[in-house]
Amino acid sequence: MPAFQYLRPASLTEAIGAFRGDAAYLAGGHTLIPAMKTGLRAVERLIDLSAIPDLSGIERRGDRMVVGAMVRHAAVAHSPLVQATIPGLARLAAGIGDPQVRRRGTLGGSLANNDPAADYPAAALALDATIETDRGTHLADDFFQGMFATALAEGELIRAVAFRIPQAFAYAKFRHPASRYALAGVAVARFGEGPRVAVTGVAAGVFRWTEAERAIAAGALASLGPLERDDLIGDLHASAEYRAHLARVMLERALEELVR
Amino acid sequence: MRIRVNGETFDAAVHPGTLLVDWLRDGLGLTGTHVGCTTSQCGACHVMVDGEVVKSCTILVGQCDGADVTTIEGLGTPEALHPMQEAFRTAHGLQCGFCTPGMVMAGIAIARTHGAHVSDETIRHELEGNLCRCTGYQNIVAAIRLGARAMAEAGLIPAAENA
Repeated sequence: MPAFQYLRPASLTEAIGAFRGDAAYLAGGHTLIPAMKTGLRAVERLIDLSAIPDLSGIERRGDRMVVGAMVRHAAVAHSPLVQATIPGLARLAAGIGDPQVRRRGTLGGSLANNDPAADYPAAALALDATIETDRGTHLADDFFQGMFATALAEGELIRAVAFRIPQAFAYAKFRHPASRYALAGVAVARFGEGPRVAVTGVAAGVFRWTEAERAIAAGALASLGPLERDDLIGDLHASAEYRAHLARVMLERALEELVR
Repeated sequence: MRIRVNGETFDAAVHPGTLLVDWLRDGLGLTGTHVGCTTSQCGACHVMVDGEVVKSCTILVGQCDGADVTTIEGLGTPEALHPMQEAFRTAHGLQCGFCTPGMVMAGIAIARTHGAHVSDETIRHELEGNLCRCTGYQNIVAAIRLGARAMAEAGLIPAAENA
């Protein structure tokens, strides 16, 4: 890796103050460090967030489940509070990567990275989450802006993610067998005002499948047409057409889990 | 940076951005931790950091400041192997041996998480982050099954039934 400065601040204020020039925050590092090793990403200043106490913790706050940005996937998967409140979210976390990735990877890191095939963005979008940063709050509906793009400004730091607690939530994904990323992943959340459906892995970024939401709300899933978008991903792993087909299958699997 | 490795404390006089595996191998000469893929997929580099099994090729020395690291060299001695190492020998859970240090680490993590009576299905699921290019998985699964029971007999994990 090219030389860089490594900093491990003990407070949020210190971390934000250290962000200047070609800098990056280091959360779990399980995307960033591999990217740095292969030369896909070079930074001059790496700001490790692991010593900051304010970014951890899982708590219920009214109708929200608030998860700190540095909470590891394994901690969400094993959290009795998450298991009792949004069990489908615990299961989603338990299916990210492999056990070693889950011991290091973080919620905040996943959302900030916004990989088009990552699992957590689909959960945040379906669960109408708010993303709390050092500068304010973003609605999930506005936060995800396509491939690796988010509403975060340069140096803006995620503190926590507040998932809205639904009546029910389920996530189904067809995993790439080697990477465990989603070839197609569909998250469905049921709220009083209707369902929210978010899809990952099949297009340039996570998105809400509004036609599916309307069909579910109307109890007319059979009338739902094929998924059509102009930014579907087709690559050596799966064609765009196959991904769209998988999205439909994953939607039905998520719905089956939702009623169980 | 002060890091304990296999019970001994070191002042790590390297750049904190050094990969842990590089410091362990090149700095301390602990070459039992292997570098297979360097792309965070194969698991040959697994070590324990504060008791948690992680990929040492995807963690920086700076992130381990103050931590307690255990490598394959720190698990047992040739005369008194760790029960999981002994189980790999008994069940012939290795062919070329390259993936074995990481497999043994993963096996210990599986036993600690899932208990002495962990199922083969769970073992296979939990081994997703470990690749064996010899494809000797049958005996690796058998070794971990055996090792988990042996760890319970040795009092390293509870003997009670566990999910």
